[in-house]
Amino acid sequence: MYAYLIRRILATIPVMAVVAVFVFSLLFLSPGDPAAIIAGDLATADDIARIRERLGLNEPFLVQFGKWTFNLMQGDLGVSIFSNLPVSKLMLQRLEPTLMLTTTTLIIAICAAVPMGVIAAWKAGTIIDRGVMLFAVLGFSFPSFVLGYLLIYGFAIKLEVLPVQGYTSISKGFGPFLNNIILPSMTLGMVQAALIARMTRTSVLEVLAEDYIRTAHSKGLATSKVLIGHALKNAAVPIVTIIGISFALLIGGAIITESVFAIPGLGRLTVDAILRRDYPIIQGVILVFSGAYVLVNLAVDIIYTFLDPRIRY
Amino acid sequence: MTQAQTMERPGQTVGGVEKVLEIEDLKTHFFTRDGVVRAVDGVSYHVLKGETLGVVGESGCGKSVTALSVLRLIAKPGRIVQGKIKISGRNLLELSEEEMRSIRGNDISMIFQEPMTSLNPVLTLGRQIAETIMLHQGLSKKDAWDKSVEMLKLVRIPEAERRVHEYPFQMSGGMRQRVMIAMALSCNPKVLLADEPTTALDVTIQAQILHLMLELKEKLGTAIVLITHDLGVVAETCQRIVVMYAGKKVEEATADELFERPLHPYTVGLMKSIPRLDRAATTEHPGRLMEIPGMVPSLKNMPPGCAFAPRCSFATERCRREVPAFEMKASGHYSACFNSDKVAEIYHG
Repeated sequence: MYAYLIRRILATIPVMAVVAVFVFSLLFLSPGDPAAIIAGDLATADDIARIRERLGLNEPFLVQFGKWTFNLMQGDLGVSIFSNLPVSKLMLQRLEPTLMLTTTTLIIAICAAVPMGVIAAWKAGTIIDRGVMLFAVLGFSFPSFVLGYLLIYGFAIKLEVLPVQGYTSISKGFGPFLNNIILPSMTLGMVQAALIARMTRTSVLEVLAEDYIRTAHSKGLATSKVLIGHALKNAAVPIVTIIGISFALLIGGAIITESVFAIPGLGRLTVDAILRRDYPIIQGVILVFSGAYVLVNLAVDIIYTFLDPRIRY
Repeated sequence: MTQAQTMERPGQTVGGVEKVLEIEDLKTHFFTRDGVVRAVDGVSYHVLKGETLGVVGESGCGKSVTALSVLRLIAKPGRIVQGKIKISGRNLLELSEEEMRSIRGNDISMIFQEPMTSLNPVLTLGRQIAETIMLHQGLSKKDAWDKSVEMLKLVRIPEAERRVHEYPFQMSGGMRQRVMIAMALSCNPKVLLADEPTTALDVTIQAQILHLMLELKEKLGTAIVLITHDLGVVAETCQRIVVMYAGKKVEEATADELFERPLHPYTVGLMKSIPRLDRAATTEHPGRLMEIPGMVPSLKNMPPGCAFAPRCSFATERCRREVPAFEMKASGHYSACFNSDKVAEIYHG
């Protein structure tokens, strides 16, 4: 088992290396000269040349990449072109709202979708099953920004039970935090929940046809015990896989959702950076998001070993 | 009538021995889109306390569906449409689902053909056995696990204390079937339904498993319904035999009587299709195994007369027109055939 874990952890290194090369190349491949952007509209050719010199943009690709990687290893993601502040500091400031939003979203999505999927599989072919499937199709095809505005209109403007937008740190109390986070999480979680519910249904349905489910029934177990204790545990591997994969959707969705609900998170930072062509920030954000994705999938692989003993041994 | 009284009411007796399981005129049909499949169509049999009853027939004759009906585990589109299933005199078809659950794994247990897939692959053996014990006997987790180890020892799993923490994929097919038996017997059931328990196993392992089942039957006093297509297995282990064909019972007798004097052409066909080393050289067709020509008819579209008539060498015009009644031909020997006399004569001649 430890061999498996170590192998799996080592395998993340080349992935991150490829990401680093790609992220750095972004600066080279994208149109527009960062020096010209920093210098502004009124700058002369001399100004731009000086800035290029200061940023080291005249040096060969490999030298620049070497320096960049060296700094990266020490946690230095460069300096924002626009604000002149270190990228790592800017991102750290914005980390909490995004982390909280994605975590809450995943919790809500899993708690809603897994029971829905299990019940749909158990009641396959009935009206309940069709209802869950309808929800899955709608949830998946409904654009999250439209859903976000609909939820704001319904809960914040008409019913006036939740705030329209904004973010309250969890350090200021769980109640206010939850008040602010619930609508964005529902918005962001819809796609997630749809995907997870569908996968859960398919996976559980397949398991329910297995011989050992018949054995479990023949022992006199209650349906709930058969579904949760016997079926869900066997169906869990594909469900956990899809949760890991859907994490990518979550990151993309967070950017839109944070804009809709005016949450000062990494998503907003990214949007602003893209609009201003603030490349160091874009690079930093991509690196962190990629790193998070790789870590989540590492976690998924580790969870497998708890779910299925055949992987463990 | 209170529940306690119902539970205490004993079943009918035969020669002073209680009938623990009685199936009366059971009909289990499957309502498919292409029509009604009469998988079990009016089957009755009973098992006495401590007896081993063999239920024999080809694939698709309804023997497994009958057993699953006893546990009321028939999945849609199947449904028990008629009949009574009594355990110690109590009709299971009248029980609520919750009452039925307290019967499954407790009064009646079942073991299945496929030991490789019948155990849950992601749960330890101990968890799977202890679960049943905790459910029906109300033991604590620790006591239930101790009992699981005991059960594994009973079915002669070596190093039971260690094995109890292992998973099914770490065991061979024979071992898994032992675990299934341990699980099925863990609550001292009155009846064990064994559906082709040795079919998927190696021949040497088959004998071990059969002997184990019989030994435990003696020890625990469990009645066994042994469902199989293998007459050899039945001959070795059963006191009485029921032969099924196309959802109906075609012959019933004690094992000795049935093998001595079969009265249904289908039973004769089954016997002749067993390879026998001692006979091969002396019969008219040396070394040749007899087969029953044709196939089991579609249960959706049964011939009007006897279901076996299209494959039967004794069949007459009457067989193709009328369904023969299942009746007593000799003391304790029943058969559903118009030509039982001829069959007996030819088999002996």
